[in-house]
Amino acid sequence: MALKQVSPTDEFIKGLWRENPVFIQVLGMCPALAVSNTAINALAMGLATTFVLLMAGLSVSLLRNFIPREARIVSYICIIATFVTCVDYAIMAISIELHRALGAFIALIVVNCLILGRSEAFASKHNPGRAMLDALGMGVGFTVALFFIGVLREILGSGTLFGVDMFPDGFQTWTVMVLPSGGFFAMAMWLLVVNWIRQREANAEKEGDDRAGEVAS
Amino acid sequence: MARLYKHLEIGSSPHVTDGASTDIIMRNVFLALLPVTAFAVYAFGTGAALVIVVATASCVLTEHWLCRWTGKPSTVGDWSVAITGLLYGLILPPDLPLWMVFMGGVFGVAVAKFLFGGLGMNAFNPALVGRAFLQAAFPQPMTHWQLPFAEGRFEDIPSSVLATPFWEPTYDAVTTATPLALMKFEGQFAGSRELMGGLTSGSVGETCGVLILLGGIYLVARNMMNWRIPASIFLTVAAMTWVFQLYDPVTYPGPVFMLFSGGLMLGAVFMATDMVASPITNAGCWLYGLLIGVLVVVIRFWGGMPEGVMYAILLANAVSPHIDNLIQPRVFGTGRGAR
Repeated sequence: MALKQVSPTDEFIKGLWRENPVFIQVLGMCPALAVSNTAINALAMGLATTFVLLMAGLSVSLLRNFIPREARIVSYICIIATFVTCVDYAIMAISIELHRALGAFIALIVVNCLILGRSEAFASKHNPGRAMLDALGMGVGFTVALFFIGVLREILGSGTLFGVDMFPDGFQTWTVMVLPSGGFFAMAMWLLVVNWIRQREANAEKEGDDRAGEVAS
Repeated sequence: MARLYKHLEIGSSPHVTDGASTDIIMRNVFLALLPVTAFAVYAFGTGAALVIVVATASCVLTEHWLCRWTGKPSTVGDWSVAITGLLYGLILPPDLPLWMVFMGGVFGVAVAKFLFGGLGMNAFNPALVGRAFLQAAFPQPMTHWQLPFAEGRFEDIPSSVLATPFWEPTYDAVTTATPLALMKFEGQFAGSRELMGGLTSGSVGETCGVLILLGGIYLVARNMMNWRIPASIFLTVAAMTWVFQLYDPVTYPGPVFMLFSGGLMLGAVFMATDMVASPITNAGCWLYGLLIGVLVVVIRFWGGMPEGVMYAILLANAVSPHIDNLIQPRVFGTGRGAR
């Protein structure tokens, strides 16, 4: 299927940076912007999504020869919804406050385009092992990205990190960072950083190629 | 631009211009704003002067630095960013910490102007975007109003103005409520003489309606401002308020109060008329003013906040390209009878 043989480690690692779901693919923006107002919310949402990704990837991959092409989206949604329900009840059992903070966005994991996208584009075409590695990489990448956004918003917006005060008394909190618009600002700042690093990488690569070309000629 | 006339100019039309270039218009806007600025410093003292200076400096420095950083020639020389900075300073509370003033200026110019492509490209008024950012980020300091004509306003600097960056300001000056806040939360209407003469509290340069109007009339007389936009805003607000006052004079204030309170005068004359962010056609300008007027009245009467001119203008800025699309002048020789 794949033109080039990809090593299992690469399947995992690509989700962390090269194909990071939030910063590179810009998928799953709804939870990334809506519930990343504190680090703990962001982390919980990331872990929940990772679990659903992992289980959905495994199931879809196992069932890939039994699901008819015409009914694949419906089948994927059913599979994803099953695991989202599990996560929903698990979070409710662990912490009712966290459940309240995340609100409707737990149920909305069902329509997270990242999960459906990985099921459709990857899990349905690869064996369970690779599908799980890919899902784990994407999930970890998603969680890390959400965590970064959450940390920035919590430190600036509330002056705390994981609920612990970061500054001496009198720190002027930036209310806007807790508001929904703060999600866009934090996202934009991280995108700026990520794109700047990628640009530098691309430039360095290009320079390296040019130098190699000069030597060859 | 003036230098070009000494050379043989080869180009397409228009060949006859009135010589008005960006920097000449901007210098006239600066002249029109001078009385407003002087009155602001007189009414609020050193705090207001510092706020205006830092606001202007932050905008100019941001533009200069961003131009240098991206390898473009600096566009500070056309005065447009200095006017943006001055206007931005005039719509801030007079005792706002200077670090917040600086941050809002950087945000306004960098995000609302530079990211959109610089002068002539900004979809929103940069000064208002800077203020909107501060309003969302620091709601308490942004709704803290110094008493005008306080004693010793030229000797002391308000402690809040010099607050440590990123730290909460402490207030020592006497504070008061704006006429609009009194209207909304206390049901009191300020007299029209205080409002017109600038004897009330409010943002640095928004208090004296008469001086703002004079500046506007000067610009209209020099044909450097489209009078239809402020006229349309004033007419809409006055008409709507008049109807509501007839209906219930206890809850709703009269047209004079609405026109001269808060930032309406400054917003209508100097903010809504931003040449880039307002519609091109005259009919479009009437529609644009109508939209701002309706939004201002709606936000002031039924919104959560006492003042809504800033959001009204920003929303209308967002709509103005669509107004231009809606109202397309007929191309000569087409339509209506032409085949």
